[in-house]
Amino acid sequence: MALLALEDGKVFRGRAFGASGIREGEVVFNTGMTGYQEILTDPSYAGQIVCMTYPHIGNYGINPDDAESARPWVQGLIVREFSQEFSNWRGRVRLDCYLKAHDIVGICEIDTRALTRHIRERGAMRGCISSTDRDPHELVERARCAPTLSEFDWVSRVSCTEPYSWEEERSCPSWHIVVVDFGVKRSLLRQLRARAPHITVVPARWDAAQILALHPDGIVLSNGPGDPAILTEAVRTARQLIASQRCPIFGICLGHQILGLALGARTYKLKFGHHGANQPVKNLLTGKVEITSHNHGFALADLPKELELTHINLNDGSIEGFRHKMLPVFGVQYHPEASPGPHDALGFFEHLMETMTRAHRESTNVKVAHAQTP
Amino acid sequence: MPKRPDLKKILVIGSGPIIIGQAGEFDYSGSQACKALREEGYDVILVNNNPATIMTDPQSATRVYLEPLVPEILEKIIMRERPDALLPTVGGQTALNLAVALARAGIFERYGVELIGAARHAIEIAEDRLLFKETMERIGLPVPRGGLARSWEQALAISCELNYPILVRPSFTLGGEGSGVAHTGEELRTIVAHGLAQSPVHEVLLEESVIGWKEFELEVMRDRNDTVVVVCSIENFDPMGVHTGDSITVAPAQTLSDKEYQQMRDWAIRVIRAVGVETGGSNIQFAVNPHDGRMLVIEMNPRVSRSSALVSKATGFPIAKIAAKLAVGYTLDELPNDITKKTPASFEPTMDYVVVKIPRWNFEKFPGADTTLTTQMRSVGEVMALGRTFKEALQKAVRSLEIGRLGLGGVSDALVLSPESLKGSLERPNPHRIFLIYQALLCGLSVEELARWTGIDPWFLTQIEELALLERSLRGCALETLSSEMLLRAKRCGFSDAALAKILKTSEAAVRAQRTRLGIRPVYKRVDTCAAEFEALTPYLYSTYEADACEATPTQRKKVLVLGGGPYRIGQGIEFDYCCCHAAFALRALGFETIMINCNPETVSTDYDTSERLYCEPLTLEDVLHIIEVEKPQGVIVQFGGQTPLNLAMALKAHGVPIWGTSPENIDLAEDREKFTVILDELNVRRPRSGSASSREEAFQIAEEIGFPVLVRPSYVLGGRAMAICYDRSDLDHYIEEAVRVSPAHPILIDEFLQDALELDVDAVADGRECVIGGIMEHIERAGIHSGDSCCVLPPCTLSPSLVDEVRAVTKRLAQRLNVIGLMNIQYAVRQGKLYVLEVNPRASRTVPFVSKATGVPLAQIAAMVMAGVPLRELGFTKEPEPKGFHVKAPVFPFDRFLIDPLLGPEMKSTGEVMGSGRTLGEAFAKTQLSLKSRLPTEGHVFISVNDRDKPLIVSVAQALAEMGFELIATRGTADFLRRAGLPVRTIKKVSEGHPHIGDAIRAGEIQLVINTPLGKRAHQDEAAIRINAVRHRVPYVTTLEGAHALVGAIKALQAGLLRVSTLTD
Repeated sequence: MALLALEDGKVFRGRAFGASGIREGEVVFNTGMTGYQEILTDPSYAGQIVCMTYPHIGNYGINPDDAESARPWVQGLIVREFSQEFSNWRGRVRLDCYLKAHDIVGICEIDTRALTRHIRERGAMRGCISSTDRDPHELVERARCAPTLSEFDWVSRVSCTEPYSWEEERSCPSWHIVVVDFGVKRSLLRQLRARAPHITVVPARWDAAQILALHPDGIVLSNGPGDPAILTEAVRTARQLIASQRCPIFGICLGHQILGLALGARTYKLKFGHHGANQPVKNLLTGKVEITSHNHGFALADLPKELELTHINLNDGSIEGFRHKMLPVFGVQYHPEASPGPHDALGFFEHLMETMTRAHRESTNVKVAHAQTP
Repeated sequence: MPKRPDLKKILVIGSGPIIIGQAGEFDYSGSQACKALREEGYDVILVNNNPATIMTDPQSATRVYLEPLVPEILEKIIMRERPDALLPTVGGQTALNLAVALARAGIFERYGVELIGAARHAIEIAEDRLLFKETMERIGLPVPRGGLARSWEQALAISCELNYPILVRPSFTLGGEGSGVAHTGEELRTIVAHGLAQSPVHEVLLEESVIGWKEFELEVMRDRNDTVVVVCSIENFDPMGVHTGDSITVAPAQTLSDKEYQQMRDWAIRVIRAVGVETGGSNIQFAVNPHDGRMLVIEMNPRVSRSSALVSKATGFPIAKIAAKLAVGYTLDELPNDITKKTPASFEPTMDYVVVKIPRWNFEKFPGADTTLTTQMRSVGEVMALGRTFKEALQKAVRSLEIGRLGLGGVSDALVLSPESLKGSLERPNPHRIFLIYQALLCGLSVEELARWTGIDPWFLTQIEELALLERSLRGCALETLSSEMLLRAKRCGFSDAALAKILKTSEAAVRAQRTRLGIRPVYKRVDTCAAEFEALTPYLYSTYEADACEATPTQRKKVLVLGGGPYRIGQGIEFDYCCCHAAFALRALGFETIMINCNPETVSTDYDTSERLYCEPLTLEDVLHIIEVEKPQGVIVQFGGQTPLNLAMALKAHGVPIWGTSPENIDLAEDREKFTVILDELNVRRPRSGSASSREEAFQIAEEIGFPVLVRPSYVLGGRAMAICYDRSDLDHYIEEAVRVSPAHPILIDEFLQDALELDVDAVADGRECVIGGIMEHIERAGIHSGDSCCVLPPCTLSPSLVDEVRAVTKRLAQRLNVIGLMNIQYAVRQGKLYVLEVNPRASRTVPFVSKATGVPLAQIAAMVMAGVPLRELGFTKEPEPKGFHVKAPVFPFDRFLIDPLLGPEMKSTGEVMGSGRTLGEAFAKTQLSLKSRLPTEGHVFISVNDRDKPLIVSVAQALAEMGFELIATRGTADFLRRAGLPVRTIKKVSEGHPHIGDAIRAGEIQLVINTPLGKRAHQDEAAIRINAVRHRVPYVTTLEGAHALVGAIKALQAGLLRVSTLTD
């Protein structure tokens, strides 16, 4: 027996799997039918207990290739049923064994649909899963005492401590891209690396001077966990980077929010977030709709007049992307790298490369122009 | 982009009669598409000759043509209507093939018709296997190796490059028709020959076999803005080698990781773009090697399909409706998601439940047919079940099948097969394999071993093993001492009360009572396309066992529950779904909230638009009672869904459920032969003499008393199952020995067989006081052929007015005696001017839609209103309608799929029907024959071989044919007889007389029409060979004298070339 207690007093009963123990965190639901391994290892889920709405989880096991970081980051996993046996040619480890090995507490046989509807109606909230302590009142109390996403700097927990360069096969044109690691997914790095030969990942705590000292051709502010509003250092860094006008800057998910905050927009907490792989996003510049992967509990609002809205979510009209009207700076709220999820938005990375090429050409022209000026 | 204003009138082609591979799902798609187009203000012109469809109702389109689906007729309709566009993608393969044929004939250019939904080149790429292969290779997607052959020689050359087994698939056929897997050169030769004959373009594709690979399908939609969404993925439980229509399938895919799924998704999008389907839906199939993940593209259908209907029902995303709107210019983001109303259609549905589809076969109707499942589809229907887990959904699906299974568990017969024979039965895909797998796992065989034998993914097998292990741990337990947790676990795994009763050796009622005591009952969850992320406003529900959080939220309105008909099967087809839908429409119009229960995804009744609330649930007592407990309807309607709900009527009533219409007791009076006999005698109505025998001796005694020939059937099955005509003692002996057991527990019924009698079908509505006849139909075949397999004509054309009056009088008397409230169907026979009652069914019949179409009176709606308490008088239906012209209903048979003797008898074998209307009987009949695969000839050679009884009567037929320019060919006996009658006849050898015989002539294409009535047992094999050959080579054949007469009339009408097209309201 195991329990899931929510801060509003609602308690669900299920069975324990994975590691045993007690974990607290914000409970979010993810509506993707595949991709549990990517979700578990996505640093953006740090501090959260993830409920998978698809009832069978673990069907294809855990394989060596699909992890988005070195370890799972979720606080806990909630499923209707986990597969005792998996079947897939790439699968190596059973889901419950993997969770146990990484000390992640799981709870199964939960009415995940009832839980999802509860969160949809009441909004995202903190919860506590426990396979040891089974006193519901105590667990509700623990849930209430857990830090909210706005009270804990999860980025500092998941970001790398030292810079590293991302080397994985292939080589292409000539750019050097610096990725600020707020909790970066490997797929994002892979997508960048597939297009540029030199990717350096730097810690979130690095300041603008440190970053610019690497002479980047482009800077990507990565995805990551938690509330962007508390990341004041990161926002200041972003502001300085933009002001330097040294190279194009791009933001993805949390990075997009940080970029927005740095440019004067505001962020707010969504009622229950977007977590899934089926969200329709309309590109207002082309009129096309892309089915995209999402994982965010906060969103941007009140874009200042320097920024142009480029993408919206067709489900709720929320902001999914913007660009600076003058500078080569833009961001998207969704995950163009997918993983898990559809590949519709991979064009984002082509756009990113074109922007760098154009910026480079323009700055060369400027230099030439300067040189010609007596 | 909004809808196109330049289009005003759109022609929609339906899929025609229900045949294997093309069933009711196209009525669902077609009526949805018509409705969607009408909503947008377009004039919709519909052509479909299947009367049993909602699509052909007058409300479905601006004008409905129940006319043959052949190019020459379509051209006439186009000429008359001058539509702006044609939508060919919602009428199955029939509509696509017709569209291509019309395009090739230049019809579209001539009349300025635009093809919308799929361009001609896209259809051609998708349908032409070679073009498709080349297109895939061009965009770098792998396909199985192989090549296209137009002759045996070419096939042989291709086969040298491949390893056996080799897959053979003909171009432009549906449901895998004519395809097969060859393991040897010998087999290859047969399959290629058959395939070439089946392909309308005489072309087959030979391919490396990927048998045993995992099979997946994606349903994809694209709009003109190039937004593409994948509506759903499907994983086949049975690996490659079994047609997907014959496979158990599961949605969504279960064993693909996100990386593999996304690759498949990317490929699917590339395929739909490369093929050039600009708007609408497509189904794309993939094979995946289970050992290394190698993925191949197998095929694509650029239209709505069986799978798209399943996926629409599985996800709540109405593919056909959206496809129709995309075809007229909308984009996905402009269309709302019907279920949430707030989000757009440009998204991908996500599910938080599992959907399992299981096909329903009817092999028992075709004794001698090989039951091995192959690449050629042979199932006649399917069921769909939803559950929160695969285990729950699978068990619900099994008990939805109505094949006597309570689920996988609780089967008393232990595994009797030896390991060796078990291996054999498991390696060979067959309809019973799923049950054998369960039994094997119950006996302790390992998942690894079963996976090796069957090629079924271990994930599925492990799930089934979990069920078997649970059953094992339940065995030996007593219900009273079983813990609440254990019982709940069993229910969560989908075990029905009935199955648990078997396992726990108690009664279903006891399990139910114990469950109620422990508070274990299901909750209902909604199908919402979005895994609860948004609120679902459409009440489309399924049951499951979760702690609480029931989402049924019943209303307090006055409401009626309509029980559907379950899976389609021979004898209980789309006609009953049509009636259920009409009941829902009528009662909704009366202000009732209508609730539908059905588990058949190929239906209009399971469209969430048809009723106000929809439950996709098995039609068993347990499942139905649960819903009634939640909904508390004022009335339940059981007489429209065929035998399925009727079988529940008594038990429901015993549970205090208010059954509307004719009472279950009175229904039973009509169905119980013994009680019914008493009633007929009491009313002084003539009936065939009959008796019931519980032993062999008794059977002979009764038969002698009545006098041969006799009609025999077991008393415990309905619907003509195992019914036979015995002409003499040896026939009866054979029947008792081979066909049925006779015992006091299982008596057989013996009826006088009314030889050479005329048969009539009557549909009527009664309200307890009055009875109004809807239509009287005369069968073209004589009594002895199942009414579902007979051609019938409305109005009757050979009956005397006094006899028709007698029919009316007797019908009314019976309605009164049985206190019929609602529909009633009576079968009569007329012999030597005397009227006999054969059968009374106080319920909807197979002919209700046909009568309604022919007369313009919606009988089922009237009946539903009567059942709700509105008298006929108030409805203004007081007079028998008079049809204009002649209307013929003709059956369609699946013999080409089974290759057995296509002889007709008292057991029904047809899968569907077509309707033809005309000013003369000949014209109407010709129209029914025009769209059959074996088209009636207007010239050539007719082969005639008839039994002695028929010889005198065939002369007029032969003479007429000779006068019409046909050359007569006959075997010796018939030839001599015709010659004596002064007709020129060529004699040909029987098969038993050596080559060159009639079989050779048919094969060589020298015969254009076969008239062959059974000659008796001795000649049986010879005749069977002739008829099978005729089916195989698509030569039209008739096996009855009346059929031959009708054909002559039809051929005359064809020769005159005066078929006129008209709508029913013209």
